[in-house]
Amino acid sequence: MRVALFVTCLVDLMRPRIGFAAIELLEAAGCGVEVPKTQTCCGQPAWNSGDHGAAALLAKKVIAEFEGFEYVVAPSGSCADHIRTEYPAIFADDPEWHGRAVALASRVYELTDFLVNVAKLENVPGRFAGSVTYHDSCSGLRSLGIKAQPRALLAKLPGVELKEMTGAEECCGFGGTFSVKFGEVSAAIAERKCSNACATGAGAIVGGDLGCLLNIEGKLRRMGDETTRVLHVAEVLTAKE
Amino acid sequence: MESRSRRFKENAATSLANPVLQGNLRMAKGKFVDKRAIAIKELGDQHDFEATREAAKAVRNHVLENLDLWLEKFEENATARGATVLWAKDGAEICRHVVDIGKRHGVKKATKSKSMLSEEAGLNHALAAAGIQPVETDLGEYILQINDNEPPSHIIAPVVHKSLDEVADLFHKTHGKPRKTEIPALTREAREVLREHFLTADMGISGGNFLVAETGSVALVTNEGNGRMVTTLPRVHVVVTGIEKVIPTLEDLSLLMRLLPRSATGQSISNYFSVLTGTKGAGDLDGPEHLYFILVDNGRADLVGSEFQDMLRCIRCGACMNHCPVYQTIGGHAYGWVYPGPMGSVLTPLYTGLENAIDLPHAATLCNQCGVVCPVKIPLPELLRKLREKQVDRKLRPWLERIALKAWAWVAACPTLYGWSTWFGVRYLKWLAGGKNSIPVLGAAPEWTQGRDFPAPEGRTFRELYAERRGRK
Repeated sequence: MRVALFVTCLVDLMRPRIGFAAIELLEAAGCGVEVPKTQTCCGQPAWNSGDHGAAALLAKKVIAEFEGFEYVVAPSGSCADHIRTEYPAIFADDPEWHGRAVALASRVYELTDFLVNVAKLENVPGRFAGSVTYHDSCSGLRSLGIKAQPRALLAKLPGVELKEMTGAEECCGFGGTFSVKFGEVSAAIAERKCSNACATGAGAIVGGDLGCLLNIEGKLRRMGDETTRVLHVAEVLTAKE
Repeated sequence: MESRSRRFKENAATSLANPVLQGNLRMAKGKFVDKRAIAIKELGDQHDFEATREAAKAVRNHVLENLDLWLEKFEENATARGATVLWAKDGAEICRHVVDIGKRHGVKKATKSKSMLSEEAGLNHALAAAGIQPVETDLGEYILQINDNEPPSHIIAPVVHKSLDEVADLFHKTHGKPRKTEIPALTREAREVLREHFLTADMGISGGNFLVAETGSVALVTNEGNGRMVTTLPRVHVVVTGIEKVIPTLEDLSLLMRLLPRSATGQSISNYFSVLTGTKGAGDLDGPEHLYFILVDNGRADLVGSEFQDMLRCIRCGACMNHCPVYQTIGGHAYGWVYPGPMGSVLTPLYTGLENAIDLPHAATLCNQCGVVCPVKIPLPELLRKLREKQVDRKLRPWLERIALKAWAWVAACPTLYGWSTWFGVRYLKWLAGGKNSIPVLGAAPEWTQGRDFPAPEGRTFRELYAERRGRK
């Protein structure tokens, strides 16, 4: 299987190790992974902020870069959903690009979804010992149906104990640009998420979207919690601990 | 009602700084969310619930696509049963109609059951100015009225922001009776006060959950019984409701009623459910001698056929706000007008002007919790996003935000420039962190670091590291 990795701009900037973990997992599943060099951002912030022009500009770029691949995989439910669900909407009035967006959409997957349902990964390469709690990010959960996939993968690691938190499916308050437009409200929502996560006593909060994870980590540290780890599911699945 | 939506951000800050409100909101969230979940689960077959939502959506869509026809049908059948149907273009016209009706029938006192449209119109103020005493009889609305006409903070639970203690103090102060702290005792005290008003009112004013076209009826969904007192005891009954509330048949009503109470309060059926048709007939023991319907536009007709038509499907259950992380955190008053939460963030700019509610379409994380619980499947996040697009088109957003978005898109569209910018950016952030794992104050995103740290980046970009790795291979 020839898979292109859509790294996502947040992973590129903030946590490159998540990108490398994604490559390791895809290779472990028997995929040939390519990383198109010119990729940048999927344009979701522009679209969600109402800037149709900017969103279309970046969407065209992503489509052109990735449409030649059999599959496109992103370590983010939010970015994968944006390409899958919103790209066709962006080009609702542009038949040519709409067609190309639709043709690409069905081949775009969130990482854990792809590993479980398409590549059928058997053996997870990592070793991780400890308890974790899983935060279900909104777009992945409610738009792409990502709920069982990361848990199924985590269950393959014998050392991982999953402790579900109250309100695992509730938003963490990140919301992309929402977090910088309404910082106080966003942080107050994050506090609820952190309290619920910490109440499980898990050593690590794990999720599949870096935006949420940065929000949660930032709030935890501000709350004075320096010990609870905040990890992308790909990091756990490839950990060597 | 005058809108305070322009000050959303300040309003939200006030809510966050109020510990009593925060406690009340936490309690409310548990009640609404958990009860709805149980009620939906009790339905058993989830596929059936989805099918019911789809069917309800189809009924509402059908009405909206033929709104004029169903309204005419309603008018014809209501009139045939002795009612008078009046039309109001805006809030001022609602007030004019109601005051005229009051004067015509020599009304001194009007009892009211809950009506959000009367909030849109500021009806109580207009009635009082015309010498007609308005008395709110929904317990929540009554509490607000005696608290200096405070606005409601929720469309079905208007005092959800208040604690038992606050209500106990208010009753003690207003009624001059010994302070009570038990809910049944407080309710009894309110009933004693309200009973007198029910028996002496000349006019009853209600909202309407649905208008049934085939029978000319109004359907009322209530839990306290006050709705029946208001609509059957006085000589005159005035129904004030939106033109979009019409549905074709009683069969459609029963379909929608499978969804409304469950979505709203988690009840399989509300304590009271009334379908009221026509005036008091010969031989009837009760019912009004005069029945008026005031069917209100106030911005609704403009949405028909527009990209926001889906919003008119709304059956006012409140599930979207109950499940909204933002509403749960700041409560309804922060939104600044009649309707809070996601549905309010769509309706307020549409009804009061895009420029008067500039923050509301952005006051959502687009988590889509609202969309998945909406009984008539309104794509609320998508409507909020469309409103954002309208704001951008009309250049209503702050210039800094517009430039930042354009600049990011421009940089991201050019891979070389993106490479340089991110190369520099991550090093700068790493330097700011100064060897620590997080940055406590970030000048470029002050809102972020107001309430949380900004985690430090690893220090080099994925594209650099990947290129290096490829080079080595």
